[in-house]
Amino acid sequence: MTPLVQIQDLLVKRGDHPALQLEHLAIQNGEVLAVVGPNGAGKSTLLLTLARLLKPERGEIQFNSTQASAESDTVYRRRIALVMQDPLLFDTTVFENVASGLKFRGIHKDEIRSKVPLWLERLGVGHLAKRRANQLSGGEAQRVSLARALILEPQLLLLDEPFSALDPPTRSRLLDDLGLLLKETSTTTVFVTHDLPEAAQLAARIAVIIGNRLRQVSSPNEVFNSPADEDVSRFVNHKHQNNQKSMDHPTS
Amino acid sequence: MNIEIFQITLLSLQISALATGLSLIIGLPFGTLLALGKFPGRSFLLSIVNTGMGLPPVVVGLFVAMMLWRSGPLGDLRLIYTPTAIIIAQVVISFPVVTGLTAAALQALDPRLILQLYGLGASRIQMIWMLWLEARLPLLAALMAGFGSVISEVGASMMVGGNIRYQTRVLTTAIVLETSKGDFDKAIGLAVLLLVITFLINWALTWIQQRGVRK
Repeated sequence: MTPLVQIQDLLVKRGDHPALQLEHLAIQNGEVLAVVGPNGAGKSTLLLTLARLLKPERGEIQFNSTQASAESDTVYRRRIALVMQDPLLFDTTVFENVASGLKFRGIHKDEIRSKVPLWLERLGVGHLAKRRANQLSGGEAQRVSLARALILEPQLLLLDEPFSALDPPTRSRLLDDLGLLLKETSTTTVFVTHDLPEAAQLAARIAVIIGNRLRQVSSPNEVFNSPADEDVSRFVNHKHQNNQKSMDHPTS
Repeated sequence: MNIEIFQITLLSLQISALATGLSLIIGLPFGTLLALGKFPGRSFLLSIVNTGMGLPPVVVGLFVAMMLWRSGPLGDLRLIYTPTAIIIAQVVISFPVVTGLTAAALQALDPRLILQLYGLGASRIQMIWMLWLEARLPLLAALMAGFGSVISEVGASMMVGGNIRYQTRVLTTAIVLETSKGDFDKAIGLAVLLLVITFLINWALTWIQQRGVRK
């Protein structure tokens, strides 16, 4: 099976500095790939490059075996959907927020009217349709933000630490719900996080980026048990110890 | 006299509304470009616009009068002492106000909003439209400020319009004339009329603006 996305020999710079160097990465159809690494390692750079919000200095991204650069940015981006760390909802109702991406694509009103409540319901926020976005709690807002992306039924869903601003109980509920939804819809997803258990829960494969380079791509077990190099090992163990500590002193 | 006052008021409103409308048509895209664009000289242009926001109307009047004067570069258009001349001067006065406040309004938005909009498939035009919607409250404030800067100015209207009865006399120039004649009753009447009209228009715009505010 050919992968949905293939990245070859990628170099992305931010300012004068290389923010990400990557020899090869393939994202399989229907998989959830978690991208982990310390802050500033280049995780978000990868995501923004996949969304074509950053232009690579060098290298190719193939989407469905076609050269991505052959298409206009808008045509390319209409196959993906991006959810960021903050919900960044628009100053209007929840309904209008979730409808926005469909409107950009010129989808007919009737279809929008039937789809939006469905997806709000799926994310457990159906009762909030008429609320204004600025009246929502953090968890509710992130659910709306996810509905706004998932309703587009993207070929590739890009999640940039979508849970990191939420409190632990809200976070774990949303993580469970999202895991189910992604399985149900078999949406190909790239999920950036600095939280390893979160990555392991949602993803079948984990890509570790440290120091602006891709160090390892393998199953969560392999990343934990046979890290590719010292840096990965240090990152995994450090995270592991922290998680042990928080498990010894549960806050919720 | 009543008919004349009506005519003066109507002309004032027509001229200032048209000038504000034109300023919006030029200032909204230009302000957007200054806020979002990345090109050399952007911040220099922005500082010129910001300076223009405080442009004294008499200076604008002088400049436009020189341009439109019979012997001036645009003299052949025969626009001096016409309502069109006043509109031109008022656009020069209010366009930097609308442009500068538009740029400020858009720059106050979260810059990640642009990434988010693109990340949901918005085209460039759709992205800009959504940013305008997000900034609609300060943008309406920009419109109000633009209108306020022209309905109340007298120097430029006097210099390029000439305060000609039935032709280019507007509320502010009429107030100057009546005051200089010592006819304070009439001047006060006109002044109250100007204030009431300005208030009503701002009231309407504020009402539109505040509808969008969270309840």
